Amino acid sequence: MKENFIEIKHVKKEYPMGTNKFVALKDIDLNFSEGEFTGIVGPSGSGKTTLLNIIGSLDSQSEGEVIVLGYEVADLSSSKSARMRSENIGFIFQTYNLLPVYTVFENVEFPLLLLRINKNERIKLVTEALKWVGLLDKIKSRPSQISGGECQRVAIARAIVKKPKLVLADEPTANLDADNSHNILKTMKKINEETGTTFIFATHDAKVIKYLKRKITLLDGSVAKDELVNGG
Amino acid sequence: MIFKLALKNILGAGLRTWLNIFILSLSYFVIIALQGFFVGWQEDASREMKKWDIAGGQYWQEDYDPYDPFTLEEGHAVIPDELKKLISNEEALAILISPATIYPKGRMRNIVLKGIAPEQNLVELPTTYLENQDEEINCILGSSFAEKLSVSIDDYIVLRWRDKNGAYDARDIRIAHIFSTTVLTVENNQIWISLPIMQEMLGYLDQATIITVKDENYHQEITGWEYKNLDFLLKDLNNMIKAKTIGSSMMYVLMLFLAVLAIFDTQILSIFRRRKEMGTMMAMGMTRVKIIQLFTLEGVLHAILAILVGAVYGIPLLRYFKKVGMQIGANAKDWGLSGVTDALYPIYGWKLVVGTIIFVLITVIIVSYLPTRKIANLKPTDALRGKMTKKDE
Ligand SMILES: Nc1ncnc2c1ncn2[C@@H]1O[C@H](COP(=O)(O)OP(=O)(O)OP(=O)(O)O)[C@@H](O)[C@H]1O
Ligand SMILES: [Mg+2]
Repeated sequence: MKENFIEIKHVKKEYPMGTNKFVALKDIDLNFSEGEFTGIVGPSGSGKTTLLNIIGSLDSQSEGEVIVLGYEVADLSSSKSARMRSENIGFIFQTYNLLPVYTVFENVEFPLLLLRINKNERIKLVTEALKWVGLLDKIKSRPSQISGGECQRVAIARAIVKKPKLVLADEPTANLDADNSHNILKTMKKINEETGTTFIFATHDAKVIKYLKRKITLLDGSVAKDELVNGG
Repeated sequence: MIFKLALKNILGAGLRTWLNIFILSLSYFVIIALQGFFVGWQEDASREMKKWDIAGGQYWQEDYDPYDPFTLEEGHAVIPDELKKLISNEEALAILISPATIYPKGRMRNIVLKGIAPEQNLVELPTTYLENQDEEINCILGSSFAEKLSVSIDDYIVLRWRDKNGAYDARDIRIAHIFSTTVLTVENNQIWISLPIMQEMLGYLDQATIITVKDENYHQEITGWEYKNLDFLLKDLNNMIKAKTIGSSMMYVLMLFLAVLAIFDTQILSIFRRRKEMGTMMAMGMTRVKIIQLFTLEGVLHAILAILVGAVYGIPLLRYFKKVGMQIGANAKDWGLSGVTDALYPIYGWKLVVGTIIFVLITVIIVSYLPTRKIANLKPTDALRGKMTKKDE
């Protein structure tokens, strides 16, 4: 496993709150290696989403250094960071965020269009990704026609279709029932084990914990605990 | 790629989009239809005015100024020889103009007396009625003016005029005919009598105020006379029509405003409704420029689809208008539609159609681009905080 896959050094994140500032992350120091299957846990408001967004270059830190796959995220222009995300990072959201007018196939295809991958290759990759999540039979459905669990599986397929090095998932199971949650976690775990894709979750779902290899606990914007679990 | 995505977004967006497209298509249609009527009116009115009044152009005696009634008595001179030849060949027509007073039913009214050769057939005026039998002086006048005076055919009215020596004289003249025209310049406040009789009454033998010529291309320098071409003679008419056009264009400005509002509304709503969609696209690595392109193109596609939708119902309707015209008939003069015969037939030039399309397209591009730029400049995290559209839930 490659060290220094992601390096977070003395990161602080402040949000303006009227005239004051709200500190969401205080002096975070973390390193992630390639191939991790890591959960960031902690109570609501502890800064999980904030940290994930900074790692994903959707947001920038107020202080400190964040290096993702060798890029100093804060230094990237908006188009460079878009390109970095396009090439390397898949996102999974709590609310699935599928594009409503596109079919399942087209949703999964979208990241490949951004990468200008040719049509035959796209069909191959999309089919492969949908096979991973077991949704080959719903290719022509629209998001409004499938269940929440299925939507999240489409979202997983969309995140992994381009074979990114890193998948960031913010509460991927929060809107799903127990069966679906386990199903999805198993799928992601399988992908992690077979492709070596790095997964970082933000979650406060207890069900997730038993799948993790590493568990980072945030409390009030600080790392309270960072431990290997389940023999990880 | 962007184009396909935009098209997919639009076609997938449902009723609301089609409503916008329909409204936009209506604005194309209304602009073209209204403009077509105005162009048609202008052509119609110009044609009528040429037929009834100005033919191919006019020579005005240099002192004649239709806008200054006080010069009316001075504006006449002996018809120059060059033009006399044209007149005898029926290629030109002499008209003598002088102020006069009439006393219809005992009331007094100042009018413009015009003399014209009864045998002429250069203009549509039914001058044969002016041929006099016996000692009577026949006159003709337009129906609207006759109505104003409440006189009818075979009525006699007293006409009083001043001759070349400044002496007043008066006679009963007979209304031989009342003609109906849409050309106000041969009707308003005017009474027509025979030219030779008028020349004799005033003592202006062989004289005229205006020589109307048949041939548009005939314009020689003639001392003491000023040549007025059609552009000049139609200027007042065109200005009046232009004024009306601008007045009515308020209506299609309103239409366009509505259409633009619909597009703008869609685009503005996009900021809120489709924020999360855009945030998701940003997260997946779509650049700002691409997102701006995508959403602007969506707006533009509205306009292009509107052309197609508009063509579906617009072309048959516009054709229909062109075939039946707009029935105005007797109301034309009440509406100040000078020069319109019984129906108004629209004319649609390609300039009008292409111009309208370009105009609407540019407007739509602007109102699509502006809000989109704003969305795309959001931070991805801010965009992601928005709600996904209903369909996704
Ligand atoms: N844009 C923002 N402006 C101001 N404050 C913010 C903003 N985003 C997050 N916060 C605050 O920062 C803190 C951390 O937020 P964050 O979303 O990272 O928490 P979280 O751990 O993901 O919580 P949850 O489990 O509820 O999702 C919270 O107190 C939140 O109110
Ligand atoms: Mg969160």
